[in-house]
Amino acid sequence: MTSWRIAVDPARCLGAGMCAAAASHRFRLVDGYSQPLAERIPPDPAVVDAADLCPVEAILVEEEPT
Amino acid sequence: MVTTEGAPRVRNHPFSEPDGLRLDSLYAQLRREEPVSRVQLPFGEPAWLATRLADAKVVLSDPRFSRAASITRDEPRSTPHKVDTGILAMDPPEHSRLRTLVSKAFTARRVELLRPRTRQIAEDLIADLRAAGPPGDFIAAFAAPLPTTVICELFGVPEADRAQFAVWAEAIIATTALPQEQIAAYVDNMNQYVAGLVMQRREHPTDDLLGAMVQARDAAGDRLTELEMIQLAAGLIAAGQETTVSQLASFLYVLLTNPERWEELKREPGLIPAAVEELLRYVPLGVAAAFPRYATVDLELGGVTIRSGEPVLVALHSANRDESVFDRPDEVDFRRDARGHVGFGHGAHHCIGAQLARMELQVALQTLVRELPTVQLAVDEPELEWKSGMLVRCLKSLPISW
Repeated sequence: MTSWRIAVDPARCLGAGMCAAAASHRFRLVDGYSQPLAERIPPDPAVVDAADLCPVEAILVEEEPT
Repeated sequence: MVTTEGAPRVRNHPFSEPDGLRLDSLYAQLRREEPVSRVQLPFGEPAWLATRLADAKVVLSDPRFSRAASITRDEPRSTPHKVDTGILAMDPPEHSRLRTLVSKAFTARRVELLRPRTRQIAEDLIADLRAAGPPGDFIAAFAAPLPTTVICELFGVPEADRAQFAVWAEAIIATTALPQEQIAAYVDNMNQYVAGLVMQRREHPTDDLLGAMVQARDAAGDRLTELEMIQLAAGLIAAGQETTVSQLASFLYVLLTNPERWEELKREPGLIPAAVEELLRYVPLGVAAAFPRYATVDLELGGVTIRSGEPVLVALHSANRDESVFDRPDEVDFRRDARGHVGFGHGAHHCIGAQLARMELQVALQTLVRELPTVQLAVDEPELEWKSGMLVRCLKSLPISW
């Protein structure tokens, strides 16, 4: 059983909002920049889609064994 | 501003003929006094116009706004006939599906892999320019061929077909510059051509962007249909040519008319990525606001009530000069934090080619700083001519010497 750790690199984030649009249950914009709603999540393909959508590859997804 | 009858004043938009890269002074006044106001574009129904950055971002990303609603409406626009904007006229979830699939192919990594080849193309173009001797036209010699070559490489368009392809692509963003039938014919030619490229890649998978689009599968295991690929590819190719050509020319124009900034880049080439970001903020690309979003419920924005069904336009260039966000907004300052600009739009429809454009613009400036450091305008600034009848602001030519 794995879980994923997700993060947004604040140095890269432009606040384009694609992640929040694609996976509103995982990302939201706070003061214009993206933040994950939770850092540790069950594997979620929507997060992979959101990471691919990010115009600056600011979304980091790591697999972690639980 | 309210008339004596109580209805807000409707102004024609754009407010004046574009004058180089100068912005009409009305935008600053509107941001201060009437941030969301009524406008009438050359064609279509009246609309609201958002001029401040925060409001712009709401309109472009809030789920209460729709692009798909524009399809059945007399959409406010600068062209006599409505243009099919493809993916740009879709809402989630249809939009999300297409956008996600394309993003699997059009990744930042793929763009980065093109950087060395782009450098080579840029160096060769400058070498040819130098060999032909001063003066030269920066647009014909560099700004036009660079993005065109790069996007053709990205898609695997053979060398022999590239000149014809560029002619078709220019037609797609013309407003009154070409007759309607001509535009339609060129668009058709482009679509058929791209269909051929897609078909080749179904037979023989390739490693280029089009090949990757053929292979792309999303989280649901879904894929792009033939028609979707053709429309997307044609749209991406068209969108990526004139816009980048125009920005390359406009960026150099700004640098040549602000020589201290050019000197600064030569002294500190490490500033170039930040300079590209600042110039994306500073340079107005479009002639008029475009691609209205339709409210799907009543909502409050910038002190007005937008009724369900009303269209709202965003003046991106005005939002990028919002003094409440960007200090001294009408100054070019490479040391400011220009992130948060909306030069590439915002939200679900954020420019999908943004990383490609950034890479080309960075490579272009890096190459110029190194290979053509003594570049200057070959004519006085008032002699420069700007194209008319286009959706984007661009110079007809940029005569330079060195």
